[in-house]
Amino acid sequence: MSELSASELDKVRAILKREPNETEVGIFTVMWSEHCSYKSSRLHLKKLPTKSDRVLVGPGENAGIIDIGEGVDGKRWAIAFKIESHNHPSFIEPFQGAATGVGGILRDIFTMGARPIAVMDALRFGTLDDPINGERNKRIVEGVVSGISHYGNCFGVPTVGGECVFEPCYNGNPLVNVFALGIFRHDEIFFGRATGIGNPVIYVGAKTGRDGIHGASMASSEFTEDSMQKRPNVQVGDPFMEKLLLEACLEAMRTGAIVGIQDMGAAGLTCSTCEMGSRAETGIEFDLALVPQRETGMTPTEIMLSESQERMLLVAEAGRENEVFSVFKKWGLDAVTIGRVTNDGILRVKDHGVVVAEIPNRELADEAPLYDRPHNTAPYRPAPVEPPASFTSRADRDCNADLATLLGSGDLCSKSWIWQQYDYMVRTNTIAGPGGDAAIVRIKDTDTSVAMSLDGNGRYCALSPREGARLLVAECCRNLSTVGAMPVAATNNLNFGNPERPEIMAQLVEAIEGVGEACSFFDTPITGGNVSLYNETLGEAIWPTPVMGIVGLMKTAPPVTIPFKNEGRTVILLGGLGTCDETRFGGTQYVKSVLNTLWGLPPALDMDYEKRVQAAIRKIVVEGHAESAHDLSGGGLAVALAECSMGGSGMTGIGAAIEISSPLPADLALFHEAPSRILVSTAVPEVVERIARENNVEALRIGVTMKSRLRIDHNAVTRIDSPVDWFRGVFENALEGQLAPQHV
Amino acid sequence: MRFGVVVFPGSNCDHDAWYAVSKNLGHSAQFIWHDSSSLGEVDAVILPGGFSYGDYLRCGAIAKFSPVMTAVRDFASRGGLVVGICNGFQVLVESGLLPGALLRNRELKFVCRPVTIRVETTNSPFTCRASKGQTLIVPVAHGEGCYFADDATLASLKRDDRVIFRYMDNPNGSLDDIAGICNQSRNVMGMMPHPERAADALLGCTDGRVIFESMLQFLSAKKPVLA
Repeated sequence: MSELSASELDKVRAILKREPNETEVGIFTVMWSEHCSYKSSRLHLKKLPTKSDRVLVGPGENAGIIDIGEGVDGKRWAIAFKIESHNHPSFIEPFQGAATGVGGILRDIFTMGARPIAVMDALRFGTLDDPINGERNKRIVEGVVSGISHYGNCFGVPTVGGECVFEPCYNGNPLVNVFALGIFRHDEIFFGRATGIGNPVIYVGAKTGRDGIHGASMASSEFTEDSMQKRPNVQVGDPFMEKLLLEACLEAMRTGAIVGIQDMGAAGLTCSTCEMGSRAETGIEFDLALVPQRETGMTPTEIMLSESQERMLLVAEAGRENEVFSVFKKWGLDAVTIGRVTNDGILRVKDHGVVVAEIPNRELADEAPLYDRPHNTAPYRPAPVEPPASFTSRADRDCNADLATLLGSGDLCSKSWIWQQYDYMVRTNTIAGPGGDAAIVRIKDTDTSVAMSLDGNGRYCALSPREGARLLVAECCRNLSTVGAMPVAATNNLNFGNPERPEIMAQLVEAIEGVGEACSFFDTPITGGNVSLYNETLGEAIWPTPVMGIVGLMKTAPPVTIPFKNEGRTVILLGGLGTCDETRFGGTQYVKSVLNTLWGLPPALDMDYEKRVQAAIRKIVVEGHAESAHDLSGGGLAVALAECSMGGSGMTGIGAAIEISSPLPADLALFHEAPSRILVSTAVPEVVERIARENNVEALRIGVTMKSRLRIDHNAVTRIDSPVDWFRGVFENALEGQLAPQHV
Repeated sequence: MRFGVVVFPGSNCDHDAWYAVSKNLGHSAQFIWHDSSSLGEVDAVILPGGFSYGDYLRCGAIAKFSPVMTAVRDFASRGGLVVGICNGFQVLVESGLLPGALLRNRELKFVCRPVTIRVETTNSPFTCRASKGQTLIVPVAHGEGCYFADDATLASLKRDDRVIFRYMDNPNGSLDDIAGICNQSRNVMGMMPHPERAADALLGCTDGRVIFESMLQFLSAKKPVLA
């Protein structure tokens, strides 16, 4: 459990001008925890771009808000979105940890007034064949997936995509990052502000219990041998209650009687009261005796720090409380006035009329210590730069077998075992669901759809946090462009180890700067996000794992998807073959899954070229010249061609005959991961080539689609040749096979 | 035609059903709150998917006690068309309006994907515009959709031509591949697949429309039941 340091305690004394009591120490401890205060990262987060013409609300509120233009109703519409981690709880109690991770981010969205219409998840687990941790890792996967499924499905929000990667560094620290997005009109936006002196402060939703006490501080320290004893710190979720809370809150907002609202997430009642007061520069006075409780004998500290789920705090216009109460009564939820907004800027907590805590809101919420943690050292690297001698002197390999190995690897195989457990269609907006380059959700009442992509690459970032971060921003934007959407804004989740270690802090700083550079370049400002530090167990840190969630806008239209659709079509590699050398090959999926090692640097990125490739593919897709489109990423050209060939649901796969000539040896040429490349199949190759020329990017005709077989020739030697059904069998069945328990 | 879409606390496909019949098919649709004792002026009732009352105890077990179900029973007894989709099917079974039970999926996991179902009879208000043996692609999304009934019930369902749909690729272990059944009077149907999710070309499939179009044809040929 992280506690206030001696200097932090001195700062508390200076603010209060006296000794804090036990309850006050508890309040400061959670509000000034890394999780709530970003005390190690705030200094560097300021480097991120946060503004554009579309940004209505940037970082600092519960979620960022982007203008998406006018609907068919003539009103202006907006989207709210954000990503949050629930890493530590998901390790200790995978099902509830993941479930409440979904619940928490959904509340962040609907507390702004938006109705959640999509969720995506970025998951990281330890490897499933790990001799020591494999069986435990499988249970964590199953627990996390069923937790997300349970909460999202019951709440009624589609889980439309995500990603899932396995690495040994996540053995003791799985990552569960949940992204959520909601929609509303501009006139429906609400803020977490306690305005209007004398206005009632109303508690709504579930009763307060002892669950989740000190969850925020648990998430701010490393795991040790006895971390498993912290299971009581994990909250328990009730998605049915959350669904009622959603409907009741949106209905209550429509009464016009609510002036401010905020969910009770990390640090519960403490965080919601002081933040609402701080934002409005007001005070809040309330009595704990009035807080609905489901347990008896709770102390003031316990009530203040409880992270019981499905609770909201709202401030209503004085005299109109009954309009709010009647809505919550209709939905069968508790709604109780627990206090008032005051003019003294103080958070004054009473228990049966006796003051138990008295703290200035602004100092508590916004003046947490700010640390410039030492980072003047090279970021920690888990691998050498140079390739091993065995690689530089290698003989020719069987690329056909290597492709099958990649398609059956945990990272690249079909994740349908996961996403078929998620209701990805509820609310009937999902135009493109899981398994594509980007998910697309239409917005009813407008002619606009939102595309979204979630991506992280701890492998690249371990080799170079800055280059890795830039690459993943580029990849997300490329995913969006490949489905025809214009990237407009981003949210990020920064998952790192212990920031008090300079070589870890250096990773964080480099990654933040890389994200900032790329987001500025691609015009995708960061509108909010989350930082999860101390992802270490017994001194073993995870690889630096920033996860980006980027959203794009497009006109609503039938989607252009990955699979080849017809035989005899020209296959074009937009962006060209790309370049790579042995050093830049060391972070690829090929090196991971086929050679079982890691070295070197991430692929080289030319952001200017990348942007032009993206402009070209958007035009090609939007104008309807592409029958299929798929961007190259893990596993390079060969894996992307296989993915295009395996067909979608209910489709027979259409393969291709491909010929490339390259100065690179076959394994590098087929499996390198240089960015800025997209596969297109088209009936009008000359149009695609013209658009490429206009954007000054390469468009290489590499082959023709054909029935049921994929053949790839490299420098006139056939390297890959198999029925697409065979590849599909390997791809589709891999994950379930890996998850099967191994009995000794 | 006027559709009523019942909203229980925890229903989450209510809006989807409303959108399908009103926006995709162009008919009027209204929501009916669970505590109302009347259905209002409607020609057909949809019990939508979701997790009514959190599906605590058993799926649909609490919903059967809600006031609106008394009105639904009454409407059905007078020949009104009632279709229960997914959780709505579970509610109909729990309410005794349809026989059998819906158990946890054989794989014990929630399953969401398009499935192919076959129209087993056109002798129903829900399939009169389809053809026998026609296959439809319609999504499922449920954790408890494994249809079960005792031998006698199963025999009577088959004898009376009351199996409306069967799965071609059974996703949940349902007995005899049953995906949808109707009652003895043929005016109440329950099905696990979601036709309202297959009613909009933009979402990739419109095979579910034939179910709503059948209901519309049936109703326009017949004097509507007054609620």
